[in-house]
Amino acid sequence: MAQDIIKGKVFVVGDNIDTDQIIPAQYLNLVPTIPDEYKKLGSYALCGLPDSYKTRYIAADSVTTEYPIIVGTKNFGCGSSREHAPISLGAAGCKAVIANSFARIFFRNCIATGEVYPVETAEELAKAFKTGDEAEISLSTKTVKNMTTGKSFSFNDLGGVKDVIESGGIFNYARKSGMI
Amino acid sequence: MSMTITEHILAHASGKKKCDPGENIWVSADILMTHDVCGPGTIGVFKREFGNDAKVWDREKVVIIPDHYIFTSDEKCLRNIDVLRDFVKEQKLPYFYDPGTESYSGVCHVTLPEKGHCRPGEVLFGTDSHTCTHGAFGEFATGIGNTDAGFVMGTGKLLIKVPSSIKFIIDGKLPKGVLAKDIILKIIGDLGVDGATYCAMEFAGSTIDSLSMDERMTICNMAIEAGGKNGIIAPDEKTLSFVKGRTNKPFQCFHSSPDAKYMAIHKYDASKLEPVAAMPFSPDNVSKIRDIGDKKLDRAYIGSCTGGKITDFIYAAEILKDNKVKIPTYIVPATVEVENALSTEKIDGRTLSQIFIDAGCVEQAPPSCAACLGGPVDTYGRCNNSEICVSTTNRNFPGRMGSKNSKTILASPYTAAASAVAGRLADPRDYL
Repeated sequence: MAQDIIKGKVFVVGDNIDTDQIIPAQYLNLVPTIPDEYKKLGSYALCGLPDSYKTRYIAADSVTTEYPIIVGTKNFGCGSSREHAPISLGAAGCKAVIANSFARIFFRNCIATGEVYPVETAEELAKAFKTGDEAEISLSTKTVKNMTTGKSFSFNDLGGVKDVIESGGIFNYARKSGMI
Repeated sequence: MSMTITEHILAHASGKKKCDPGENIWVSADILMTHDVCGPGTIGVFKREFGNDAKVWDREKVVIIPDHYIFTSDEKCLRNIDVLRDFVKEQKLPYFYDPGTESYSGVCHVTLPEKGHCRPGEVLFGTDSHTCTHGAFGEFATGIGNTDAGFVMGTGKLLIKVPSSIKFIIDGKLPKGVLAKDIILKIIGDLGVDGATYCAMEFAGSTIDSLSMDERMTICNMAIEAGGKNGIIAPDEKTLSFVKGRTNKPFQCFHSSPDAKYMAIHKYDASKLEPVAAMPFSPDNVSKIRDIGDKKLDRAYIGSCTGGKITDFIYAAEILKDNKVKIPTYIVPATVEVENALSTEKIDGRTLSQIFIDAGCVEQAPPSCAACLGGPVDTYGRCNNSEICVSTTNRNFPGRMGSKNSKTILASPYTAAASAVAGRLADPRDYL
């Protein structure tokens, strides 16, 4: 489904958010292609963040998030190749992660699954947003606006990634474009 | 054609004469490996996309190695192994290392070479980030997700970006007490955990030549900890001797052209290296042990794909043979072959297993990934509280070995053993 605007609250995190913080290994017993377990993975998204994060990505009484946009810094998604990581974010209701850089396998898994947009930016967004700010992302103009402060920031072109995620992942895209 | 070893292999696998960094190419896979954590999801994707009756593209090239959550009572973990069993039966897959049977092996990255699935010049995809380990055998090996693995399972191909290569030339003789783990931790400390993102990390030089295959695996295993797409070491006589002892299948060796282009070249003088450790909570938080100061520890852990090979236990035993441990010390051989060697390899007439018992280590566990990545709460050696653990494993992000309140210090088997004896982080040179 082609989508241009992603709106909602942002959740701000720091450097090197690794896949153990996104979805701790004890929950890797859940299989993402089983619908009930897909939802369950969502309910644990980012539960591995240290307790110093006072606001939790998933509230105690909820199984989804109120923050569809994650603002990160460098090397978001480093560590394991577990696809459970982008899937748990997507299942929780995350639509996009905007960060200064991504680890390779996480970035690739976001695209292959079509779960979340991995958006790269040179701007220091983690300083321009705080958790709970309202934001609006426009994929066509490649900007994200902090609706709380009124400031706008640009991000890098998604290139071919946009088409793949809009198609719903690598298989849908490959079929649509006649590759398989 | 002037290309790096990585580019040579990828060009060959895509049927092209040449490929350049940044280019997106379709490559044919020689091996697809999956395990109990990502296998069921990969199979789910494969069936969803290719149909319930679909067959894998080549039965000889799919290798399934359950290793993560084997010795647990967690029902879903046990179900996941059953999912693999059903799939193997349905697809008549010849290479399956089934827990609870004689074919069980243990950790996938040590099993793959032991069972003859690693050959120079090949392309190996695995649903595990430490698949980069197999670059030690002169092949292109990298970790992928379930969806990409499902794609490979059905088609035998994958669209990948050719990585730029960074070369690390390490020359000279390693000083006493310094191991491959110290080399790679030093490199990760210098580069940072994202210093090689998307790149091939090629290791060369007289020091690398002198290392055993086990030690070369330790180096390539941690390429991902600098963000690398693959780690690779050119094949030599040692590689050929190991590989030919394990497989009869033909293979082709590739080497970097003398004028190959690198994004960067880093040189190290091995004789100046010292024992190091990566402190919590990042593999690049690296310091020389002697600069770290007093660090009291709660436990030591020797195991995993990077630190649970027979060579790692020989190094640990060199220190533990004359000492008693002051903290709980967990011993987890990576595979059954390593486990068997623990009861046959001897130092001064005692087996390694006996040395660990005499030193007061915790009773040895059966082979698996165990506590390297935490896992279910009943996992052997898992840090369930606020333990500080010195470990021969490869990651130390928050919660890696279990509880978010625990802390992992990454170090060589020498350092882990010396620290177990001291009860504090210790320089192994004081014990050798």
